[in-house]
Amino acid sequence: MPLRAKVASSVSRTAAALSRAAGRGDGSVIGGWIGLKIDPDLLAHLSAGRAIALVSGTNGKTTTTRLTTAAVGVLGRVATNSFGANMPTGHTSALAKAGSTPYAVLEVDEHYLAQVLEATEPHVVALLNLSRDQLDRAKEVAMMAQLWRAALVRHPDVRVVANADDPMVVWAATPPADPAQGHIPPKVTWFSAGQRWHDDSWVCPECGATIQRSGEQWWCTGCPLRRPEPQWTVEDDGVLDPTGAWHKIQLQLPGKVNLGNAATALAVAAEFGVRPVDAVSRLGSVTSVAGRYAQVDRDGRNIRLLLAKNPASWLEAFDMADEAPTLLSINARDPDGLDTSWLFDVDFAPLRGRQVLITGDRAYDLAVRLDVNGVPFQHVRSFDEAVRSVPPGRLEVIANYTAFQDIRAELDRVN
Amino acid sequence: MSTESLRIVWIYPDLLSTYGDRGNALILARRAQLRGMPVEVLEVRSDQRLPATADIYLIGGGEDGPQALGAQRLIADGGLHRAVAQGSVVFGVCAGYQLLGTSFYAKGAQYAGLELLDIASDRGPTRAVGELAGEVDARLGIPYLTGFENHGGRTHLGPGVSPLARVTAGIGNDGMTEGAWRGKLLGTYSHGPALARNPALADLLLRWATGAHQLPALDDTWAERLRSERRAAVAAARA
Repeated sequence: MPLRAKVASSVSRTAAALSRAAGRGDGSVIGGWIGLKIDPDLLAHLSAGRAIALVSGTNGKTTTTRLTTAAVGVLGRVATNSFGANMPTGHTSALAKAGSTPYAVLEVDEHYLAQVLEATEPHVVALLNLSRDQLDRAKEVAMMAQLWRAALVRHPDVRVVANADDPMVVWAATPPADPAQGHIPPKVTWFSAGQRWHDDSWVCPECGATIQRSGEQWWCTGCPLRRPEPQWTVEDDGVLDPTGAWHKIQLQLPGKVNLGNAATALAVAAEFGVRPVDAVSRLGSVTSVAGRYAQVDRDGRNIRLLLAKNPASWLEAFDMADEAPTLLSINARDPDGLDTSWLFDVDFAPLRGRQVLITGDRAYDLAVRLDVNGVPFQHVRSFDEAVRSVPPGRLEVIANYTAFQDIRAELDRVN
Repeated sequence: MSTESLRIVWIYPDLLSTYGDRGNALILARRAQLRGMPVEVLEVRSDQRLPATADIYLIGGGEDGPQALGAQRLIADGGLHRAVAQGSVVFGVCAGYQLLGTSFYAKGAQYAGLELLDIASDRGPTRAVGELAGEVDARLGIPYLTGFENHGGRTHLGPGVSPLARVTAGIGNDGMTEGAWRGKLLGTYSHGPALARNPALADLLLRWATGAHQLPALDDTWAERLRSERRAAVAAARA
């Protein structure tokens, strides 16, 4: 590593440690920010010599990154940005902090995928899904898919592990070959992780015609784009690998969506030569991910935290949650997006029959939504009031990003 | 009403449903049902014919490509023009508002609109993103408009329409006026589930559709709290 990069890396680690010691955060962003100021190429320097996997998509990337890190851990030490700091500053911090490791698995914000592909030259990139998320500042879904596609064309050597169930992802992962330009389509391994949310892929990104669905199949009615045959699939409570072997998956994380994330993790790890049979037991060691799925006992209530940031992830959260009293908390601060319109893209009907409490900065938006949805609820002013308002036993908490962090803080920053 | 039940058509949810646009159909249906009106909501996709006999037509927001495609298909279909000629109510939001006019810009080119409203839209110097508020045309008899806008367009009103509101926060059409209406056609830049924050606007559409001069009052406690909270937030941001 050049001297400048060494200095930058060392300063970056020190800043991160200081930030943690000062109680200002987990240091996962500030260290990288300072390091990149000293050496703008620091991320590239820190990436050199490591076999790297990038994990990107709208939903599930933090959990999939954690599961993939566990699976690749079969081979040796793995650096990762486990705090969900998923922009280049976070990647820089994570790699600097980890020191020399043969492997790295990095969660990447979907907007930064092109930049991080460029800097880290990964061995494999996993593309999970694309759906509407914070449209007041984020790119619209079709535009995001176009950016991914353009980035992959520039990196024909990278192995792609992509979701066959998401038409936007499939289109992004299969840019046209152009031998004259030296463009070779990337080598793609397809997985099927299921997808409850379809409302961002009714229109073909290639030709604008309608996309039809029947069961798990989908196809464009105007051009050849259709669901590729996946090599990795979820079947019952396990994963079928490309050889046809079935592996039982025992996760400590709830929901069918996490079985899909496990299949993805095994597919990514396999690109490094990890055999699924060696990795499955490690997946079961993942209990919670930066507070997601964490369980805390307080005053006789078993509180479980579920993060849901956009319509697609709310649908998955309802699937994971038990039939128990449920607290919903909604904020609309900068990291959440300032617009609460998406609440009307979520059908809250699965909550009918449960005791529902609502809180958060934007509880009134949620109140109007639940009213229209015919879901009775009670508005509470604080997390404590919510806990006091439910009987002993399970309390499911579903919250969007900053609301989730607020509640996590109430629970002593549970991981 | 055209039939024994109130028919609401949500136009092209496959193209024009970017962010919670479904909310407007849900809110109208709910408010009608609470008054004992039978309601039928039809979602008509862009590869289907548009029925010309519904009471209320809703057109939502969308990205440039789907907006242009939606306008082309609506012009070719002709159903909305027939419905308007028969006195149906039309509520357009954001991209759906623009395409009711004579022309709009998408993907850097000018497209023909449906020419149902005397408005023309082009591109503004900046994207308008944030809270939108305004005092509504007094002739409509409803309180202030509150919403969230997210668009790059600027809309110019011709003599054939009236502005929906005078802007007090945000951009709307051009920073001065917001939305437009004529007869039973109304459009706004307050995007997505615009009726969630404006129950009186929802009831105005229902009164237009049913011919009722008055509708039984509903419990709008939560919507009123939301309106007050948003109004206070807009005032605080300005202070």
